[in-house]
Amino acid sequence: MNNIGIIISVVIIVLGLLWLAIRSLTGREVERRIIFLFMGLAVSLPLIFNITFSEKATPVVRNIFNKIESLPAGSRILISFDYGPSMAPEVEPMSNAFIRHSLAKGHKVILMGLWATGQSLSATAVQDIIKPEFPDKIDGVDYINIGYKAGNQGVLNVIITDFRKMYATDVNGVNLDSVAIFKGIKSLRDMDLMISVGGGFPGVKEWVLFAADPGNIPLAGGSAAVSAPTYYPYYPRQLIGLLGGIKGAAEYESEIKKHYPRFADMPTPGIKMMGPQTLAHLIVMAFIVIGNLSFFFAKRKKIDG
Amino acid sequence: MDKSRRISIMILAGTIILFIISWIIKSNALQTSGMEGSLAIRDAFLITLAAFLTLAIFSFLYKDNPYYKFAEHLFVGVSAAYWMCVGFWSTFVGNFIPKVSTSLSEFFKVPPKGFEIHYFIPLILGIMLLMRLSSKAGWLSRWSLAFIVGTTAGLNLIRYLRTDFITQVSNTFVPLLVDWKGIGPFFSDFSLSASGQAVMTLANWVIFVGVFSGLIYFFFSKEHKGFFGGASRVGIWVLMVTFGASFGYTVMGRVSLLVGRLTFLFSDWLGLVN
Repeated sequence: MNNIGIIISVVIIVLGLLWLAIRSLTGREVERRIIFLFMGLAVSLPLIFNITFSEKATPVVRNIFNKIESLPAGSRILISFDYGPSMAPEVEPMSNAFIRHSLAKGHKVILMGLWATGQSLSATAVQDIIKPEFPDKIDGVDYINIGYKAGNQGVLNVIITDFRKMYATDVNGVNLDSVAIFKGIKSLRDMDLMISVGGGFPGVKEWVLFAADPGNIPLAGGSAAVSAPTYYPYYPRQLIGLLGGIKGAAEYESEIKKHYPRFADMPTPGIKMMGPQTLAHLIVMAFIVIGNLSFFFAKRKKIDG
Repeated sequence: MDKSRRISIMILAGTIILFIISWIIKSNALQTSGMEGSLAIRDAFLITLAAFLTLAIFSFLYKDNPYYKFAEHLFVGVSAAYWMCVGFWSTFVGNFIPKVSTSLSEFFKVPPKGFEIHYFIPLILGIMLLMRLSSKAGWLSRWSLAFIVGTTAGLNLIRYLRTDFITQVSNTFVPLLVDWKGIGPFFSDFSLSASGQAVMTLANWVIFVGVFSGLIYFFFSKEHKGFFGGASRVGIWVLMVTFGASFGYTVMGRVSLLVGRLTFLFSDWLGLVN
């Protein structure tokens, strides 16, 4: 199915591009809706035919995996959901992968969010990932969801000295002083690793500025592709690693699958998205080439005429 | 009734009929998969509504239309209401109430934390901010805004200066010969692995040349001629590569969002793919 799918997709796309190239080079208009249709096809066909590619983790991704692996079981990992539903298809695979990896390794996981929408998404992660896949893990002992607080970077500025000044309870209204996981935790400085998953404001950048750098706390990031280039300068000294867009998520998923047999059948939305990504990027590259060629052809025609 | 109005009503009627048919089919499909009756009907309604709203947003690709406008306004309204509700429960109830009133804490079922009078300062500033809605007392909101701007600027200034300037400058001071033990060991241990000596050395050279030439490009006190001009041209190339990488990442991000919605349509709604 995979090979037939690739052949069908390639034939449809190549024939379409040929038609587009001939039309453009002969100086006829190509409506923008045709371009949209191409993108739609490029994304839909790999999804329908389930076209996937193998992924290999790059150092910037593997560093995060190795960091979680190297921490002793029971270490405290804070994962911040700094995104909303509009960004979820891209970054949710990252947060899910981090949660799976951390819990499988026996770490304590603290979920929070600097975005209001992050609170419901972290609650969804508890319902869809932690409860069904880790039934032995106990809320308040192995993991906790402390939710969202308004204040953007101001929240980080407070919790780097004292968590309880900002968070009195978890999302279920349970006093943080009464939960086992928060025993011995005063501030962010008591975390062994912080991970910010997001791509807007506040996000990875604010975590570097207001938590990781002043507190000298290890920070990893998972970012929407649009913001990723602005975060790479922080790697490797201010950010131990970064998952840049869905490619980063796919690499991390492949790393988990490689090292943990229990996750062999886990859903891998990141890896599945790389099929449509590859085809869509090829289409965009073809558009750029065709556009430039038709521009130079038209220019030459003008000079000759 | 003019022709265009008649067509609009027909399209609306067709959309409603399609919605109901889709809802019934989805309900049956969910019940067949073992979901309880009323739950299946509810979930089918929500999935169908989400699918139709997605299609309404996609319809903008053809041209602007009332379905797109409806979905857009619904999204903005729901988002604003959601942020307000979460803000109320997490900040007002979660942070303010426990610090000012034991009885209100019991009412909202949050643990009281003892009375602290300075918590009334943000409350007053918040009320002053809402005065913006009044034409006569609107000027009061400027005090709150001034407080927000002042504290944010103060907080950011120090952090940006340290993290985004000083530490970033120090990050560019990288060894141009990584783990150098001589030419012999360099070639005998030569490897193209990403963490190998050769690649790391090359990466550091790229950082050095990129930063150096990029800075020269933005240095306008000297004419860009000779060595200076050459370095400046390298700087332009570095900038172009950076913009290209950003564009590539943006394409990847947008395609991911499209894949997310199409996956929902094909999988959750139509059941075409697993």
